[in-house]
Amino acid sequence: MSELDQLMDSYVKLEGDKAILADEETAHLVVSSNRILSSRSVEGLEVEANETPGGISAKVRVLEGVHLKKPVHMCFGVLHKKGSQEIQMDVTLERGSSAHFIAHCMFPGAEKVRHAMDAKVNVGEGAEMKYSETHFHGEYGGVEVIPHLAVKVEKGGRYFSDFSLTTGNVGVLDIDYAVEAGENAIAELTARVFGHARDDIKIKEAVVLAGKGSRSLIKTRIALEDESSAVVTGITEGNAEGARGHVDCMEIVTGHAVAKAVPIVNVTNPLAKVTHEAAIGSVDKKQMETLMAHGLSPEDAIDVIVRGVLA
Amino acid sequence: MALLLLKEVAFRAGDKMILDKLDLSIEECEVQAILGSNGTGKSTLAYLIMGCDGYRPSSGDIIFDGRSINTLSIYDRARLGITMAWQEPVRFEGIPVRTYLTLNNKDNDPARCLEMVGLSPERYLGRMTDKSLSGGERKRIELASILALKPRLAILDEPDSGIDMLSTGDIINVVNTLRENGASVLLITHREEISRIADRACLLCGGKVVCSGAPGAVSEYYKSMKCMVCEGGVCADVRA
Repeated sequence: MSELDQLMDSYVKLEGDKAILADEETAHLVVSSNRILSSRSVEGLEVEANETPGGISAKVRVLEGVHLKKPVHMCFGVLHKKGSQEIQMDVTLERGSSAHFIAHCMFPGAEKVRHAMDAKVNVGEGAEMKYSETHFHGEYGGVEVIPHLAVKVEKGGRYFSDFSLTTGNVGVLDIDYAVEAGENAIAELTARVFGHARDDIKIKEAVVLAGKGSRSLIKTRIALEDESSAVVTGITEGNAEGARGHVDCMEIVTGHAVAKAVPIVNVTNPLAKVTHEAAIGSVDKKQMETLMAHGLSPEDAIDVIVRGVLA
Repeated sequence: MALLLLKEVAFRAGDKMILDKLDLSIEECEVQAILGSNGTGKSTLAYLIMGCDGYRPSSGDIIFDGRSINTLSIYDRARLGITMAWQEPVRFEGIPVRTYLTLNNKDNDPARCLEMVGLSPERYLGRMTDKSLSGGERKRIELASILALKPRLAILDEPDSGIDMLSTGDIINVVNTLRENGASVLLITHREEISRIADRACLLCGGKVVCSGAPGAVSEYYKSMKCMVCEGGVCADVRA
């Protein structure tokens, strides 16, 4: 079986559709370790991808006023038990454009794999970018995931990201996202992670509401079991008139897991408003009782609650 | 034989007696209304029958279908066919209404259950059971979920609270449907028009059943403030 087929097998486990590779209207980039296995661009999208000794670097540009009808799929994976992959991305959405990028990161047999991403994103005036990142890790938990992302959203732009790692063991996760929102810009960052065994999870997401009327939401949902641990830091700065931000963190803890939430809100403009809420604890007793009164076993009730939180 | 029988059930919280040697029975397919002022132990009675955490009789027996269920968990009681709609149903993040109504019965018709409680399936099946729902909407969905479960005994703890007066008919519809489907219903309510659909009613006061019989008569007794069991106690609130 070729490397591409092996990666696509993992992709299917993430409920992906292999047919996207053959679809001429769907842009894609498939990378195994530091090898680009397949790529396609579409009209209005420029992709310049190169292999590097440790991974790949790519410059991606959505041209002014272009609305990509179908999501751009990016599959990154390491099929070997040991290895590393460094992704460098430079993404630009020009004025008035829109695109949805979906990254599928797959490490099915990893025992000691390091996956690092260093990305710079610029969402132009009035442009909209959605970025979804879904991970599939094997049962060994031997993956170190280090995504760093710096995003600038210009006037009237919109940026939405959704990071999901709920299948397989996490291993080590160290997310560091920073977003600066300009005038009337919108930024929404969502992260959902399910930690098991001795998974070590660190999530730091920061939004600076620099422009008048800018808005943001940082939403984090973590479920932990066994001896896993998580530290979630959500930072929002309200520095402009009419800026509105909210930090919402929920962590469900079972077994011997340990969770910590650090919401930080700074407001330097009296006409800005930033709020936060954090809830950490075991599974809600009343939720459990309600589901058990509906005939679910305690184990099934916990599963339904946790899956709901991570949905 | 009664489907549910409570024999001298007492429940004490700290040094306070909440239920005091309470006797109660519900027959198969019977709707029994429980009336009483705030703080008389109606919800405690519901939690004891359902087996909620921390609610076990201090003494006495709860017998369901001929066997004592005092020590059974909620889950075990639910498997016997007992279920409950809480007075303030909890919200669930990420669980759509459609999923909630089919949690333990994939074969039921969630759309039909929603229609029975006055909600449009088109509008509600895809919504989440989270805080985006109003209190009244959430209560209706909880009642729909009770219908979907097809229980043998449904405990409805103030299904009318938080729901507008015009919707009384929907609640009556739910109770009648449960009865037609062969369920017994323990109906805790403050509304006389709802209690009147019961086959029988009893008035709780001071942790005891002080009056039982036809719903109209029990309701009249309640309103006429004749209860002398706890003179100067909870009943004094009724007089005030």
